[in-house]
Amino acid sequence: MLRLAPWLIAALLVGPILAGLAMAALPAFGYLPALGGDAFSLDPWRALMTQPGLARSVAISFISGLATTAVSLAVVLLFLAAASGSRLDRWIRRMVSPLLSIPHAAAAFGLAFLIAPSGLLARFASPALSGWERPPDLLIVNDPWGLSLMAGLVIKEIPFLLLMSLAALHQLDAERRVAMARSLGYRPTIAWLKVVVPSLYPLIRLPVFAVIAYASSVVDVAMILGPTLPPTLAVSILTWFNDPDLSRRFMASAGALLQLGVTLAALASWWGLECVVRRLGRGWVAGGQRQRGERALRLAGKALILLAAATALVGIAGLALNSLAGVWRFPDGLPQTFTLQHWQRALPALGGPVAATLMIASTATLLAVGLVLAALEHEQRSGRQPAQGRLTSALTLLYLPLIVPQIAFLFGLVVVMEALGTRPTRWLVIFGHLLFVLPYVFLSMSEAYRRFDPRWSRVALTLGATPNGAFWRVRLPMLLAPLLTAMAVGLAVSIGQYLPTLLLGAGRVPTVTTEAVALASGGNRRLIGVWALVQASLPLLGFIIAVGLPRLLWTNRRGMRGTP
Amino acid sequence: MTAPSLEFNQVHIALHGRTLLALDARVAPGEVLTVMGPSGSGKSTLLAYAAGFLAPAFQASGQVLLGGQDVTALPAEQRGIGLLFQDPLLFPHLSVAGNLRFGMPRATPDKAAKVETALADIGLAGFGQRDPATLSGGQQARVALMRLLLSAPQAVLLDEPFSKLDTALRHEMRQLVFDQLRGAGLPSLLVTHDSDDARDAGGQVIELS
Repeated sequence: MLRLAPWLIAALLVGPILAGLAMAALPAFGYLPALGGDAFSLDPWRALMTQPGLARSVAISFISGLATTAVSLAVVLLFLAAASGSRLDRWIRRMVSPLLSIPHAAAAFGLAFLIAPSGLLARFASPALSGWERPPDLLIVNDPWGLSLMAGLVIKEIPFLLLMSLAALHQLDAERRVAMARSLGYRPTIAWLKVVVPSLYPLIRLPVFAVIAYASSVVDVAMILGPTLPPTLAVSILTWFNDPDLSRRFMASAGALLQLGVTLAALASWWGLECVVRRLGRGWVAGGQRQRGERALRLAGKALILLAAATALVGIAGLALNSLAGVWRFPDGLPQTFTLQHWQRALPALGGPVAATLMIASTATLLAVGLVLAALEHEQRSGRQPAQGRLTSALTLLYLPLIVPQIAFLFGLVVVMEALGTRPTRWLVIFGHLLFVLPYVFLSMSEAYRRFDPRWSRVALTLGATPNGAFWRVRLPMLLAPLLTAMAVGLAVSIGQYLPTLLLGAGRVPTVTTEAVALASGGNRRLIGVWALVQASLPLLGFIIAVGLPRLLWTNRRGMRGTP
Repeated sequence: MTAPSLEFNQVHIALHGRTLLALDARVAPGEVLTVMGPSGSGKSTLLAYAAGFLAPAFQASGQVLLGGQDVTALPAEQRGIGLLFQDPLLFPHLSVAGNLRFGMPRATPDKAAKVETALADIGLAGFGQRDPATLSGGQQARVALMRLLLSAPQAVLLDEPFSKLDTALRHEMRQLVFDQLRGAGLPSLLVTHDSDDARDAGGQVIELS
């Protein structure tokens, strides 16, 4: 049974993606008999090319993929270099999981409420600093260059890359390296950048690629913060796909392939940038420069991450404020009156989507945890450790759903399901979520599982426990904390999913995320505040349980406090 | 209970075609065979082989016989061979009593009384409900020994079990371990790089190079 788990995971991840891509490729060249496309042609591509603003859509998707990643990575590396071992370091490490758990849509709404012309920032600056008596007529949110889109993505990608870096740092013994470099006269931040980063980067390369792919093809954040005329490529494709005129699906499929191309181009450009940076960096590392820039780097490393964390947190506070606000005239920093009216009005509508969200998220997570534990247990029992961090290892497969743009293969998957006669149900949505929950649960769990001292199981076996007994009675209880964390990550990933829910549920499986994003165009801030806050608090519950339950269970077991 | 003898019949272990060690020996019930050698000489590999944890990268030939029966092909949990590590490795999520009960065969009558007697034997009466992490190093080592004995093994492997204890405790612990093993009539294999261990064990000594 256990032996099947790795294969099952691989098939679950690879199969739907390949099928989906294939069924996006056929209609893109005019072939989809169900809609009357019987012959191959280039018409969908011709139609696509005549779409107004296509070049701009493509450019913004491409640039936001690269810029978001470059900024997020720079902030994370500078922070780690500047703050290692400091109080800020410990605080941020504790904040990283809750920050990561905020769904993209909620974080995007929070940012929008913060930077909009009538948002919190403008209110605090008015009228004293800005002189504005009424909201200025500026296009800040949905700006045509996608700057607010990139800002929103940066806020969310920083905790992701930080968590991945922290996990990779376990393998590097960074403290000793830095101590060595410092004894040679290097200032701490410079030392970290020169002796740790070159070994760290290869280990976080796949997560970095995932960020590029995500940022270049994201839908929900782009619908909230991105440009509108024209929108990003991914949003345009979704519009075409949902067009009542079904013949536009051919063009949408061509667009999906174009999106795949844009993401691949962004990945290739990043790879080119890597080569340039590696070449320049080699000279810098070996140049012997030990002191210059230390203060500036240190300051930037601490300030930038604080700015990002504060933005996310104040954004969530802004959501809460909006959901409770009664009368709130423009330059006032706080509402004049507070009311529960918006909550009361939204409450009847919240129940169904909240229940559906939790049901989908917990089922997908439990399935994923079962598969991942089986695969990891099999790995331990067979005594084979896969190579980590290398592009050629089997781990790459896990990243497939994170690197192939969702929008590129989900359409095709919908077409496959329609062809099979499957009706959109919750189970289909759960299956779609599993594609994205599985990799994150695996990444979150594997680190702890592989670092777990093998002698514990050996003791259990030599005391006569069976391999299954050793798993249930020793390994699982001792790994309870990381297991619960992995489950919380799985729940958070599932709760935040927009596109798979929308497409595989055919819009008929409403979750808090689809409902919240659907409110974006309406602009009712009070209502958005309610829904986005609910969306943000659901994953947080998971993390609270993940932190609290082990403490409760092991109050009397000192050896179980802190991760094993 | 009469324990059988532990035999290593023409054991030969190699890694990537290079011979690591060869051993041919018989340990009678109540005796301790000491295998000595510097680190890297294959001591731990020998223990892993005897216990059933040899990594697939090694090529091993020969047999481990327990009371004349070949256990080489059996999985670790069916060999009836207990193992004492350098660290006590008391399960941190179980109480002291939970640790002692963990290894007891399922059909053992009156487990609670056995646990109490065992704790009293090592001067830890009444410690059953304690969190193992609150015990001193020496106390933990004694509980680990009792846990091993309560699991009713047919033979015992000792992996430098005294090397992490401080000097004063080490001698006392050696006496306790060897007395208990002799008392139970178990054949034991001790690997160590400390010649004092070998002297206290009092059995035959084999040097690996």
